[in-house]
Amino acid sequence: MTEHKASTAEIIRASLKRRYRAERRFRLYGILAVSFGLLAVLLLLTDIIGKGHGAFRQTYVQLLIHYDPDVLGIASATDPAALALGDYEALVRQALHQRFGEPVERAGRRELHALISNAAGYELQDRLRANPALLGASETLWLLADDDIDAWFKSRGGGAEFTSRMGERKLAWVDSLLEKGEIALHFNLDFFTRGDSREPEQAGIGGAVKGSLLTLAITLLLSFPIGVAAAIYLEEFAPQNRWTDFIEVNINNLAAVPSVIFGLLGLAVFINFFHMPRSAPVLGGVVLALVTLPTVIISSRAAIKSVPPSIREAALGVGASRMQVVLGHVLPLAMPGMLTGAILGMARALGESAPLLMIGMVAFIVDVPHGFTDPATVLPVQIFLWADSPERAFVEKTSGAIMVLLAFLTLMNALAVVLRKRLERRW
Amino acid sequence: MTTAALDSASAAAAPGRHRVTEFSELLTQRTTGKPFVDAAKMRTRNVNVYYGEKQAIFDVGLDIGRNQVIAMIGPSGCGKSTFLRALNRMNDTVIGCRVTGEFLLDDEDIYAPKMDPVALRARVGMVFQKPNPFPKSIYDNVAYGAKLHGLASRRIELDEVVEGSLRKAGLWDEVKDRLVQPGTGLSGGQQQRLCIARAIAINPEVILMDEPCSALDPIATARVEELIAELAENYTIAIVTHSMQQAARVSHRTAYFHLGKLIEVNDTQTVFTSPQHELTEAYITGRFG
Repeated sequence: MTEHKASTAEIIRASLKRRYRAERRFRLYGILAVSFGLLAVLLLLTDIIGKGHGAFRQTYVQLLIHYDPDVLGIASATDPAALALGDYEALVRQALHQRFGEPVERAGRRELHALISNAAGYELQDRLRANPALLGASETLWLLADDDIDAWFKSRGGGAEFTSRMGERKLAWVDSLLEKGEIALHFNLDFFTRGDSREPEQAGIGGAVKGSLLTLAITLLLSFPIGVAAAIYLEEFAPQNRWTDFIEVNINNLAAVPSVIFGLLGLAVFINFFHMPRSAPVLGGVVLALVTLPTVIISSRAAIKSVPPSIREAALGVGASRMQVVLGHVLPLAMPGMLTGAILGMARALGESAPLLMIGMVAFIVDVPHGFTDPATVLPVQIFLWADSPERAFVEKTSGAIMVLLAFLTLMNALAVVLRKRLERRW
Repeated sequence: MTTAALDSASAAAAPGRHRVTEFSELLTQRTTGKPFVDAAKMRTRNVNVYYGEKQAIFDVGLDIGRNQVIAMIGPSGCGKSTFLRALNRMNDTVIGCRVTGEFLLDDEDIYAPKMDPVALRARVGMVFQKPNPFPKSIYDNVAYGAKLHGLASRRIELDEVVEGSLRKAGLWDEVKDRLVQPGTGLSGGQQQRLCIARAIAINPEVILMDEPCSALDPIATARVEELIAELAENYTIAIVTHSMQQAARVSHRTAYFHLGKLIEVNDTQTVFTSPQHELTEAYITGRFG
C-alpha cells in the first residue's frame, strides 16, 4: 500500500478556500444585518417625517378686521376689565360676512364662521390690548384657519384630497380665497409654545416639552447623585459578602422590571401614602428616577471598575485615605462613563410613558406648567394622547411631536458621545 | 551540601507530585544566615499572611537595616511581593487578606489598632512594578502627596518640594521645562522615576519597591538602579526583584524567599558567592526559578 499521504502544507492549502469562503459569508451576514437595521430606521423616519412635517406649518386666512366698538360692545380699549368682556369673535364673523356675504340660513352662517379657528378672537383681544388705538380702526390680518380647512389645504393637489368635512359652499369660499392668495401656510410657532387643545389647529407641544424638562430635571437630580453614591459604595467600600451579592442581583433585576410596575409603585406609595400631587412633574420625576436608578448604578459601577487599580494603589501608596482616593482619582477618571450612563438613562426616561400613565400624567392639560407641582404631561404621553384623538389634523401633530421627541433623543445621545470624547483621559 | 538535596531542589520546578513532596521537606528548616541585624529600621517576627484559606507567607522573621538596601529575591509566587506589601499595610486593601505576626517600625507596632494605615504609608512609601503616574501634570504628580498631607501649603513651598524631589529622582533636568505636561506622556523609565519622585516628595523613612524595573529597558533600568544607590544614603529601601544581577548590584543584604518561606538572608556578597542553603544556591545558579 503506497497511498499518497498529504503533507501539512497541502492540507492547509486545501482548507484555505473553505475558510475564506466562510469568512466572506460571515461578512455578508453582518452587512445584511446592518442594512436591515438601517432600512427599518429609514422607513420609520420617512413615514414619520412624511406625515409630521406638516405640523410645523399651519394654514392662515387673510381678512380685513374692523375693530368696531359697537360690534365689540366696549367703549374704551384702555380698561382691562372692559377689554376682557368684548365679543371678539363677532369681529371675525363680521369680517367674514363682509368678505363672502352673509348666508341667509343658520346652517350656512355656522359653516362660514367655522372657516376661522376660535383662537382668532383671543389674538384680536391681545392685539387690541397691546395697541388701544386700534379701536375703531381697521387692519388686514392673517388669522388661524380651522383644522378642517388646514387639513384640506395641506392635502390639496395630492392623491388623497381631504374633502369629507368640506361642503360645497366651503369649497367655493376657500377657492375664492385661493384665487386672491388670501390663504397660505405660515410657520407654526404656536406648535412649540402652546399647550394641548381639543382644537387641533391650536394644539402645541410646548406644555409637554416643558413638562418633560421639569420631570427630567427631578429625575436627574435624584438618580445621578443616588446612583453614583450607591455605585461608589458598592465598588469601593462595601465588604464582599452575601448581602452585597444579594443587592447586586436585585439591582440587575430592577433594571429589567417593566417600567409600568414602577408607575403602580408611584401610585400606591407616593400618591396614596405620601399624598404627593398627582399629574405633577415632581412625582413623575421621582417615579422615573426609580426607573433609571438601576441603569445609572450599573453603568457607574462599570465606569468605576474600568479605572485601573494601579491608580488606586499609587494614591494609597503615598498615603491617601480611601475617601481621597475615590474623590481625587477614581471619580474624575470614572466621570465620563458615569455621565454617559446617566445621559442614556435620561434618554430612556424621556421616552417613558407607561409609568406616567399610572400617576395621572395622562390627563388633558391645556396650561403650560410653570413649576414642579403644576399638573403637566410629557412628550411621549402627549404623543399617545394625540394618536388616540379622532380629528384628522392630529395625525400630523402626532408625527410632529414624535419628530421633536426624536430630535431631543438624538441631541442627548450626541451629548453623551461628545462628553465621552472630551472628558476621556488616557493613562 | 549533598548532591541528593540539590537534585531534589532543582526537580521542584519540574512537574511531578512525589518530587514536590520530597522537596518540601527542605523547607521545614529555619531561615539560614543572618535575618536579624542590630541597626534595624523595621523588624518583623513570626509573619504569616493568608489569602482567604490559602497561606502565602509562613512564619517569616526579617530585619530591614537602617539606610540599607535589602533585596528580596525568589521564584514567582514565592511571597516576596506579599511580604513587601505587608510592610506598609497595602494588603489591607486586598479583600480576604489576613496578616499576623509582629511588625515594628522604630519600635512602633504598625499593625497596632492605634496605627493609622494612612499615616503609616506616608512614612513607608511605595513604588510599584508598573509605572503608575496619575493622569495629571508632572508637577501635580509630585506635589500630590505633599498637598495631601499638608506638608507644603504655599505655592513657593510646593515648588521647592517638587524641584527637590525631581532632582533627587534625577528627573529634573529632563522635565523642568514641561512640568505642566501630563506625567503619562513620559517614557517608561521617566515615568518610573517620576513615581519615585512622588514617593520621596513626602519624605518617607522607608521606600518599598516592588520590581521597579521589570517594565523598563536596560538603559532605564540602569538609571533607576543608580538612583536607588543614591537614595540609600538617606533612606531605608526594600526592593523586590526578579533579576539576581540587580539584587547583586544595588543591595547590601539579600533575602531569598521560596514558596512563602524565608530560606536565607545574608550580606548580598555572601548570598551570591557562597550561599549556605541548597535552595539558594540552586536558585542563583539558575537550576530553577
